[in-house]
Amino acid sequence: MDSKKPKSNLEQQIDENLKKVYRKTVEEDVPDRFMDLLAQLKQQETQDGK
Amino acid sequence: MANDMSTADPRDAVIEHLPAMRAFAMSLTRNSAQADDLVQDSIVKAWKNFDKFQEGTNLRAWLFTILRNTFYSGRRKSKREVADVDGVMAATLSEKPSHDGRLAMADFEKCFAQLPDEQREALMLVGASGFSYEEAAETCKVAVGTIKSRVNRGRARLAELMDIGENDSLDMTDAATSAVVSSSQMPRKSIA
Repeated sequence: MDSKKPKSNLEQQIDENLKKVYRKTVEEDVPDRFMDLLAQLKQQETQDGK
Repeated sequence: MANDMSTADPRDAVIEHLPAMRAFAMSLTRNSAQADDLVQDSIVKAWKNFDKFQEGTNLRAWLFTILRNTFYSGRRKSKREVADVDGVMAATLSEKPSHDGRLAMADFEKCFAQLPDEQREALMLVGASGFSYEEAAETCKVAVGTIKSRVNRGRARLAELMDIGENDSLDMTDAATSAVVSSSQMPRKSIA
């Protein structure tokens, strides 16, 4: 029996882990500072009248 | 300038991409505080340059491009090596892949953090965030072939760092591994 694993097995594992790393952050709540920042940017613009 | 083109500000769509921006920033900086600072700077830049964004094109890719440009230009400025990578810095691997051959998450992150920037970002874009090679190439402003080779080299390097080369079997059936297993199972039981 040939016990060689197809390359895709390892690739798959690596991608699975990559996705986990990525998801860990994506699934966090976006910190308030960013919503505040966006609101601030908008407001600034209105004030500048541009 | 006419301000009443529509009720919906196209820039509001940026909000949807914040989680992805944070994740991408995290993979570049490897430090959560720096990642969020990077996202903040990128949002400001994107906002100021939004007129350069072509509506109908890929907003996420555009935002990622700004984010990575911001990252690399900041890097050139400070030049120093990142001092504190959230506990994943240069630590040597504590363990081999666990019994089922699955890679322990913490170990994986340590290895990932050690990859060169360009391989890390290519893997993140293609392997994790679901970008096509073409989108990733556009984001990084390189040829598609370059992205492909970065992804491949990144995967190979990861495998190497984790000491699970392609020729190593990931399960316990090969001779070398079972030898290790049986020798580690030798303990006193029989002697006692």
